Amino acid sequence: MSAPVQTTYREACRAAIADALRRDPRVFLMGEDVGRYGGCYGVSKGLLEEFGPERIRDAPLSESGFTGMGIGAAMNGMKPIVEIMTVNFSMLAFDQIVNNAATIRHMSGGQFGVPLVIRMATGAGRQLAAQHSHSLENLYAHVPGLKVLVPATLEDARGMLWTALEDPDPVLIFEHVMLYNMTGELAADAGAVAIDKAAIRRPGKDVSLITHGGSLPKVMIAAKQLAEQGIDAEVVDLRTLRPLDDATILDSVRRTRRAVIVDEGWRSGSISAEVSARLMENALWSLDAPVGRVCSAEVPIPYPRHLEEAALPQPQAILAAVKRTLG
Amino acid sequence: MSKAKLHLSRDSLLSLLHQMIRVRRFEEKCDELYQSEKIRGFLHLAIGEEAVCTGVMAALAPEDAVVATYREHGHALVRGVPATAIMAEMFGKLEGCSHGRGGSMHLFSAAHRFYGGYAIVGGGLPVAAGIALADAMRGESKVTCCFFGDGAVAEGEFHETMNLAELWKLPVLFVCENNLYAMGTRLELSESEPDIHAKAQSYRIPSEVVDGMDVVAVNAAAMRAVERIRGGAGPQFLECRTYRFRAHSMFDPQFYRTKAEVEEWKKRDPITRLTEWMTSVGLLHADDLPQIEAAVEGEVRGAVDFAEAAAWEPVEQLAVDVYARPRP
Repeated sequence: MSAPVQTTYREACRAAIADALRRDPRVFLMGEDVGRYGGCYGVSKGLLEEFGPERIRDAPLSESGFTGMGIGAAMNGMKPIVEIMTVNFSMLAFDQIVNNAATIRHMSGGQFGVPLVIRMATGAGRQLAAQHSHSLENLYAHVPGLKVLVPATLEDARGMLWTALEDPDPVLIFEHVMLYNMTGELAADAGAVAIDKAAIRRPGKDVSLITHGGSLPKVMIAAKQLAEQGIDAEVVDLRTLRPLDDATILDSVRRTRRAVIVDEGWRSGSISAEVSARLMENALWSLDAPVGRVCSAEVPIPYPRHLEEAALPQPQAILAAVKRTLG
Repeated sequence: MSKAKLHLSRDSLLSLLHQMIRVRRFEEKCDELYQSEKIRGFLHLAIGEEAVCTGVMAALAPEDAVVATYREHGHALVRGVPATAIMAEMFGKLEGCSHGRGGSMHLFSAAHRFYGGYAIVGGGLPVAAGIALADAMRGESKVTCCFFGDGAVAEGEFHETMNLAELWKLPVLFVCENNLYAMGTRLELSESEPDIHAKAQSYRIPSEVVDGMDVVAVNAAAMRAVERIRGGAGPQFLECRTYRFRAHSMFDPQFYRTKAEVEEWKKRDPITRLTEWMTSVGLLHADDLPQIEAAVEGEVRGAVDFAEAAAWEPVEQLAVDVYARPRP
């Protein structure tokens, strides 16, 4: 390991894209404002200058069109990275992702695959209201044929992309908007990481806090506050929503015997519901208390700061849920 | 028939005739097998529309790519996918060209660069543009041919793809099989501008209207378009005006059109038309048609026998190929 460098989540995402473009001539980036503008969230700033307009392709506002083109190019030997500005906009490409990318390998009897990576921003916290703030990852995690990644750390922002590009199937990467400015240290030679395992971000013995993406920093804050109160929480970062790493989740809960799931998606039909159901199916007799959940309020995310904050999972609500679980 | 027929030899014309008859007889057999419940699900027959896939496919090279719709049995056949594998797919058998997973609407064959039948109307258009983009980025002079119906032009994906293909000068041949009805809705009832080729022109894509009941005209137009694409002119568009003689699918009582209209179009049957014209100019010999019919009958019978004898995929393999198989 070389000496760690100070960086941001945004820069880690950019380094991952640049690295992939340098390593494999089949890789190209395509999306709205990825070139001259530098990316809606500044992730691809400077890439056009280094790699040129053939490989950093500014696409018109045609989410279905350029996502479908990414699928076709992937079927025909390329390794496209499609960027969709936010998950809300990806609803315009939902048909291509769900009806084409996810089905083609199975439906063609294994003759064609779609080694496509789609990156998109997700989540709330920037007062962008109800058409730019939702967390719809779980809609994609519902669909067989897709893989769904939620990098929550600098290492994962830097390392998941290359592994996703090496994957023969379509992989969706969700970058939470509140993580882009996150700073920290990253090894200068940080590289590819596994995308099929959840990670224990903080070991503990009293309760498992299971979370992902933009909720991880909030959960870490909550765990610290719990520690000050003598409660030793384990933090499980799912990292991948499909396929879920059941083994790591179950192992943690069997040890702590209590679980609280923190998910910025809405509670109904969410990934938190799925994790909870799997705990019931596989770990019920290990549980000392009902599984708790902290999710977004079931409202379209509102604009004003106080209402937006009230709609989202917050450390105080996590603390309260943990205490309910402890009885 | 158009003057364009002059570009074809007797052998080429016989080949076009043979291909159209293959499609016709194959489709008729599918209809019969549907009635006897060997084929299930949706089944969309292209009877009446044979000239379009036949004429276009004859203008493509083996290294070109094809994207089709859910009415694509003929396209796969003429492209060279064996009738046996297509029929086995209709039956849902393991030896089908999509291993039985896709059925009638989703024929695939990697060996023929047949990138599949797409059953979400308009959904194949962006995929075709992407296939073409990959070829273009590698500097290869291959063409991607994308078939779709008149219904697709109402979809946003049609317009997105027209714009992107022309903007990036992609090597795509767009072939609109305009059979006048999007399922049961006549074009004039769904389009403010029913002249489809004008829509493509509005995106600056060179566009041509072709008599889709005249295989020679379709072939000539497709050859011109493919030549322009290979020359680097970017996408080209053919609107082939055609007609399906049968129902949209097998569950269609056809309330939306008159029998008289169907009969009127049947007078323009592309097979009859080519046969009569070739006869009139002395290019069809007395034994040609019986020979073609006999060969096709044998091929179709062989395909049905193959499909009957083919295996069902073991249920244990249900989840195979949802994701790529692990590398050995």
